[in-house]
Amino acid sequence: MAVLRTVDLHRQFTVGETVVRAVDGIDLTVGEGEFVSVMGPSGCGKSTLLHLLGGLDRPTSGEIHLGEVRVDRLKEAAWARLRRRRIGFVFQDYNLIDDLSARDNLELPAVFAGASPRQARDRAGDLLDQLGIGAKAGALPPQLSGGERQRVAIGRALVNEPDLLLADEPTGALDSRATTEVLQILGRLHEAGQAIVLVTHDPRVATTADRLLTMRDGQVVDETPLGGRRTALALGDLLER
Amino acid sequence: MRHALLALLSKESAHGYELKQAVEAEFGELWPPVNVGQIYKTLGRLEADGLVRSANVAQASRPDKKVFELTAAGREELTVWIDQPAPAVRVKDEFFTKLVLASRAKVADPLVLIDRQRRAHLRQLRSVTDLADTASGLAARLAVEGAVLHLQADLKWLERCEQAFTTGGEF
Repeated sequence: MAVLRTVDLHRQFTVGETVVRAVDGIDLTVGEGEFVSVMGPSGCGKSTLLHLLGGLDRPTSGEIHLGEVRVDRLKEAAWARLRRRRIGFVFQDYNLIDDLSARDNLELPAVFAGASPRQARDRAGDLLDQLGIGAKAGALPPQLSGGERQRVAIGRALVNEPDLLLADEPTGALDSRATTEVLQILGRLHEAGQAIVLVTHDPRVATTADRLLTMRDGQVVDETPLGGRRTALALGDLLER
Repeated sequence: MRHALLALLSKESAHGYELKQAVEAEFGELWPPVNVGQIYKTLGRLEADGLVRSANVAQASRPDKKVFELTAAGREELTVWIDQPAPAVRVKDEFFTKLVLASRAKVADPLVLIDRQRRAHLRQLRSVTDLADTASGLAARLAVEGAVLHLQADLKWLERCEQAFTTGGEF
């Protein structure tokens, strides 16, 4: 069964007299363990799409199925409960709580989702170790570098073992080195079977996925498969002799 | 290869096999394996052009070896090559020619051509970034980074082409 499926998804905004079709009829299926990226110029609707998938915004029409559950019809509270457990969200600007330690930023959503304080502490500790920032578990986000903060944010997104990880420009605020680190982490998560939908305008980031969708004016206009057998390229092909 | 051999010989005289080893030491993983026959062929041409000369050196228990050294003309040729900036990267002219002519002749939809080219660039970008894991030396890392930056620029330029066509631009 697909982790996520949308049917003819629309989201319109009315600005004065104008109707803006930010998401204009999107049919998207994300298979188990699949990594899909969405690329397009700013204003193409890719972030709106991700917000709809993550329940941060509601569609004007169309369907969203999370596993076997149709979520677009759920009441606000039911949708919130469901997504807390089944969806992890990573933002460009981290969205961490600055006066809670890195560890507490992970524990809080675990406790909200029903974990015991002990379980929450264990899971937070394990995740921060896996993400290579175990030594900084007690630090407050403002004391961390951008790359470290994004790793904390990824830990927070994963703390309830979500079926789907959504990432909105996760490297948008990072330098090249931290970008590479975050991409390596996403690659490892994907290898371990995590389904991911990532939105970005950076082709280098987008091409880490199995499948890349190009959006324009609210629609998916092109699809590039990237997984499986790839062009066998050797370092020796890079330079002219 | 011609200029690479001249550059190596400017450091010290050498025979063919030593040059093969020197090329591999400098470029290792960045060049496909160098075939020693190719080196001798290039040396032969350089000698015919008067850029190198060879002398047979006797060896105790093995056949004579042919040692090559740079001539004055060879040194001059090397200096000219080194001092000359490499030509700037050209626009990917084959695609551009197709794009312009195919849309002018109305034999293809320019947006279809752009999409297809973008998919090719994206797949190439993925292959190049995958290589980053195998690039151990500084030269290899710089080569990968250069390829990534070129592809990113090509993709950005395709975006510009697309904008130009979708906003109804006419040639």
